[in-house]
Amino acid sequence: MNRPIRPSRILVHLALILYTVIALGPILLILLNAFKTRRAIFADPLGFPDARTFTTIGFDQVFAKSDFGLYFLNSLTVTVVSLGLIVLIGAMAAWALTEYRFRGNTIIGLYLAIGIMVPIRLGSVSILRMMVELNLVNTLTALILVYVAQGLPLAVLILGEFIQQIPRELRDAARCDGVSEYRIFGSIILPLIQPAIATVAVFTMVPIWNDLWFPLILSPGDGKQTITLGVQQFIGQYVTDWNAVLASLTLAIAPILVLYLLFSRYLVRGLTAGAVK
Amino acid sequence: MTTSLESTFPLEVATARSRFPIHVAVFLTPALLIYSVFSIYPLVDTIRLSLYASDQTGAQHFVGLVNFQTLLTDPAWSVHFWNALRNNLIFFAIHMVVQNGIGLGLAMLLSLPRLTGGNIYRTLIFLPTMLSVVIIGFVWQLILNPLWGIAPNLLKAVGLGSLFGPWLGQESTALITISLISVWQFVGIPMMLIYAALINIPDDLLDAATVDGAGPFSIFWFVRLPLILPTLGVVSILTFVANFNAFDLIYAVKGALAGPNFSTDILGTFFYRTFFGYQLQVGSPTMGATVATAMLIIILMGVLIYLFGVQRRLQRQMF
Repeated sequence: MNRPIRPSRILVHLALILYTVIALGPILLILLNAFKTRRAIFADPLGFPDARTFTTIGFDQVFAKSDFGLYFLNSLTVTVVSLGLIVLIGAMAAWALTEYRFRGNTIIGLYLAIGIMVPIRLGSVSILRMMVELNLVNTLTALILVYVAQGLPLAVLILGEFIQQIPRELRDAARCDGVSEYRIFGSIILPLIQPAIATVAVFTMVPIWNDLWFPLILSPGDGKQTITLGVQQFIGQYVTDWNAVLASLTLAIAPILVLYLLFSRYLVRGLTAGAVK
Repeated sequence: MTTSLESTFPLEVATARSRFPIHVAVFLTPALLIYSVFSIYPLVDTIRLSLYASDQTGAQHFVGLVNFQTLLTDPAWSVHFWNALRNNLIFFAIHMVVQNGIGLGLAMLLSLPRLTGGNIYRTLIFLPTMLSVVIIGFVWQLILNPLWGIAPNLLKAVGLGSLFGPWLGQESTALITISLISVWQFVGIPMMLIYAALINIPDDLLDAATVDGAGPFSIFWFVRLPLILPTLGVVSILTFVANFNAFDLIYAVKGALAGPNFSTDILGTFFYRTFFGYQLQVGSPTMGATVATAMLIIILMGVLIYLFGVQRRLQRQMF
């Protein structure tokens, strides 16, 4: 069955395709040219690399001249540890605030909400001072602590909304069986909120992985750079080496690209459902 | 474990509001501790520091609002502050009009009934948002680089070659160019949020409007737009907070000096320079705290206007 194709629909698709090209073009351009010789980069920037123009010299240089693997590992450590703490600590707080009615409940909720609207960045002067006193400058710990504090408010909000939807009977039945509050949380609630955890993960991971500000002021050296800062410093140094610049950008883009294409449905679901309320 | 005691009173949690059971404290303490120490305390301490000044020995003493007076009236500071604030407002205005306008347009197209491939378009258009602002900054720096020639050649291909210039390097165009790079990256956020609001509008409403003889334009203007106003409010305040807190893109593309001649300087880069110093000027934690507090006040004003002005009125209109 062929439905008649309305001309207005073709225009809609043309507009959407045009914008998709605008959105993806610049990124594809970088990925394409990272695998080409310097000559080909300039002579034919829009062409695909072929047998004659293919090279990985840029990548060789990046790995020879910088500690990319280490920066990548630093970013991975900071992101994964922060995320784990945000989810666990955030779920505990969200559970306490939604499940138990106690004095100060609302005030604590509002107190946490401040962090959603006010960027923690503005406290950087004091954060740096504190990290100097705690002897945490140029450590990943400093970054993790700040990112956990930054990510908690939104995590508590999203997880709290989700916990509210869990049927009461489940926990009351467990309580009648004499199960402790800690085990109810650990064995019943945590497994049940996994979908919300995925949403929190996407919302929390991306800003942490991509952040430049805190790595720049808290751990700018000593091999503790994250990948974002590492790329920034590398490109600043080798700005005229086009192969190396394109390769370093590609290395920074590729992992996010893969992860995004794998997990985009969680993000889309999170954006279109929970977060909008 | 102390837990066995409480679990013998299963209803306690639901009834006793006044008591503060130990397990509630256990669940809340880690979050409150980390959040208070590394988020709230630094913010409060920053405000405190903005009321102090340090002398040559590094000792800090209370000076009241003198720092703010310096920031707003001393030519050495105020020129940069007002310049950064003005640039930041332009940065914000471009995001509000272009980013949220395109986002709204794309969301309208994507929410058309029975659109094939909508999911693919959404996923792909959102992709740049996931990447680091720093990476995006460098990507566009390369593309707009006259040396590489991609941008001028593409413009020539569509007959607009004469329009090209070193947009990122000229004082008159640098800020607009940087704003548009940021718009390009973040268009996906308003698109997604508005799309979600649009598909949540019940079909009955749209059908009823159609039955009543409303054309597509009046359906948009009189039915859909009023219904998504709260979402547009959320998008606006998110844009506002993000823009007045921006730093990474300008630092990556133009460095801390936000050149040429401070034409791309916004509050974030001004804060960074004040705090850490640059070239000959020594950084000052207390003046840095003053700038941060000023930014905090600006952001809070925006949030309050949104909460008590925009959101209230929208809710009244809705119900």
